[in-house]
Amino acid sequence: MRNDERSHLIKFLEKGLRFDGRKLDEFRPITVEYGVSKNAEGSSRVKFGDTELFAGVKMSVEKPYPDTPGQGNLMVGVELSPMSSPDFETGPPSPVAVELARVVDRGIRESKAIDTQKLCLTVGEKVWMVAIDIVTVNADGGLIDASALAALAAIKDAKFPSYDGLKLDYNNHTDEPLPILKRPIAVTVYKVGRHFIIDPTGEEEEVVDARLTVTSFDGKLCALQKGDLTPLSLEDVESMVSLGLMKAKELARHL
Amino acid sequence: MGLLVNDKQIVIPGEDLASGMDFLPSHGTFRDGEHIVAAKLGISSVDNRIIRIIPLSGKYMPKAGDNIVGRVVDVTINGWRLDINSAYSAMLSVKDATSEFIARGADLTKYFNFGDYILTGIINVTSQNLVDVSMKGPGLRQLGEGRIIHVNPYKVPRIIGKQGSMVTMVKDATSCRITVGQNGVVWIQGLPEDELVAVDAIRKIEQESHIPGLTERMKEYLDRRKRKVDSNENKA
Repeated sequence: MRNDERSHLIKFLEKGLRFDGRKLDEFRPITVEYGVSKNAEGSSRVKFGDTELFAGVKMSVEKPYPDTPGQGNLMVGVELSPMSSPDFETGPPSPVAVELARVVDRGIRESKAIDTQKLCLTVGEKVWMVAIDIVTVNADGGLIDASALAALAAIKDAKFPSYDGLKLDYNNHTDEPLPILKRPIAVTVYKVGRHFIIDPTGEEEEVVDARLTVTSFDGKLCALQKGDLTPLSLEDVESMVSLGLMKAKELARHL
Repeated sequence: MGLLVNDKQIVIPGEDLASGMDFLPSHGTFRDGEHIVAAKLGISSVDNRIIRIIPLSGKYMPKAGDNIVGRVVDVTINGWRLDINSAYSAMLSVKDATSEFIARGADLTKYFNFGDYILTGIINVTSQNLVDVSMKGPGLRQLGEGRIIHVNPYKVPRIIGKQGSMVTMVKDATSCRITVGQNGVVWIQGLPEDELVAVDAIRKIEQESHIPGLTERMKEYLDRRKRKVDSNENKA
């Protein structure tokens, strides 16, 4: 049946259509909400069609890592809640969740979206630690793009908690936002047969051959991630990257 | 004493439907001492002494005689286990699957493989809710290339219509092949543009099934959508 579904999807793609009537390079309706969690320093809720997830930012003062004594720490975690899909189980993070977290992390880290030097309080002693956590509410495909967008919206929403040099006060927040330099947008391009699609639904995602996540900022490439089993040719990568760069502009408008 | 609700009234779980022993509880209701109480959200139906509830939504409950669409989730030594969009799974044994001779220990995935969708009929549901299905019956077959959509099982009678009138209308208007399982799993096969119209039409029936004049509205809707598809084809 997997093959039946795939060949059926390809018949649609030949006509420039998707199972839900979209075009090949069209996103589902996207919504981004800010400040949805009371306890987080910054938070967001992002919906891509039926896919829905939350992102939250917590900040604390920690010791810096030995290799970056003058920079703040960044950490991204993803929880694929078992309530959000029958494919997700409880227990330690699955390889899917780890990859998702790493791709989101890499997008923010390698584009230098946050000015980590400004997060340093005392070199080698005290720095701000920014932890971004993403939780899925409903998983219907396109999780990478939605997670990256939610993470970005959450850090955009975040405000520093009060800190007097000794104690953190999470009940009082300053008006100071995180030092954000860039807004890296992830667009994952999927290959099915000879077609390229973006933002697949859950059922489309099951039959794709390969995917390439293109994280970019202002038309400049920041990070890439190739996934799934089929290899890609050089021409494939070129057209996928250019589609990803183009669509990132569209996605950036939702922030 | 007596009946506390009218026929075709919306009732909520826990609501008293009748008191006294003059009435009998049927589907979606239960007796609690003197009272008959609603167990589901739905529309009451009073037929002489029998009170039942037609639920507005919920999972499919297997019933002998239903034709349902199942997906193969396991291949065992003597048959296939099917996911039937219910809390219970169904078992299709080799002897009910085909009239062909299948040798003991043969590779059963050659007949139905993991993920295949098949239209089967329920032959028996035990008191423990073990569901036995069979492929022996008119029209029962494996469903090939096409798409599967899930609808509310309690709206299936409206999607099919009287003597299949509604589904026939959608089939004729879209020239798609459509199979509606009693369990709310619908298989559709057709040309891409037509299939999209069929899916939208079924979703519309599901959503507006409670509003009178559905058949007229659907006829008009399908005409409008079809004209649109035709004009797009002429342009292309």
